[in-house]
Amino acid sequence: MRIGVVTFPGSLDDRDAQRAVQIAGETPVALWHGDHDLNGVDAIILPGGFSYGDYLRAGAIASHSPIMAEVIDAANKGMPVLGICNGFQMLAEARLVPGAHTRNAHQQFIRRDQKLRVENVSTSWTGAFEANDEIIIPMKNADGRFVADEATLARIEGNGQVVFRYLDVNPNGSLNDIAGVSNERGNVVGLMPHPEHATEAGFGPDTPDAMSSGTDGLRFFESVIATLVSR
Amino acid sequence: MPTIVVEVMPKAELLDPQGKAVAGALARLGKTQFSAVRIGKRFEVTVDGAVDDALLAEVRELAEDIFSNSVIEDVVSVSVL
Repeated sequence: MRIGVVTFPGSLDDRDAQRAVQIAGETPVALWHGDHDLNGVDAIILPGGFSYGDYLRAGAIASHSPIMAEVIDAANKGMPVLGICNGFQMLAEARLVPGAHTRNAHQQFIRRDQKLRVENVSTSWTGAFEANDEIIIPMKNADGRFVADEATLARIEGNGQVVFRYLDVNPNGSLNDIAGVSNERGNVVGLMPHPEHATEAGFGPDTPDAMSSGTDGLRFFESVIATLVSR
Repeated sequence: MPTIVVEVMPKAELLDPQGKAVAGALARLGKTQFSAVRIGKRFEVTVDGAVDDALLAEVRELAEDIFSNSVIEDVVSVSVL
């Protein structure tokens, strides 16, 4: 399986995402924002970071990058696409997922190991979870407050497009504690926390068992592999 | 060279944490006559050549598609400086 990771000017976690793909046993493929070429990949990850310094709005300029024409086209044809943090902001700016992001309600950048509930396990990126699984993966953002108008919130809640919800603490003021959403088809998923940072024991979030031992993020990658194998 | 000004504001119903922080500072300075501050964006777009209706229409389109995100913001004005 070849899973592409797009690097934008200001991406930070592209290599972490590539490494996570590798740890999951598949082949990461580096893609470049300025190309019009997906290099034959089977799935795409838009990584975290601060593309274009978050100028204009987080993810806004990157969402108009050359390669996004191909990403949007592939996403609309059903290719699995995962947007992490800044990648989630790009998906929202590109209108591939509902909603938008604003500055955290408390105005602070926040980094914490965050507990989430997985509420939809039928997406391309969550099939390896059980419904209502509680997981811990790191988050770190400044513009992470998920917002949408009331009609959109009601629609995505009704459709099961709220894939992840913050538990215990709402770290940024996101409406309905929403941490991640999908498109209607479920092949495009975006979330603020970083699954790629919880894929290798010793380098993940703390768990009750041991320091830095959390690997809940690995199941995102196992999920998409299973999705692709089943096609 | 002519300049087109585009002004974008966060939607009224949305929390504007920046504006809220500034309003808090005003209150601490004793400026109690101000009840709220909202912060938006102003874009100045310099044009090579003359501005006609077609160009203004194009800038209006850009204002909706790129300068603002209609989920969270409204374009409140597009005008020639």
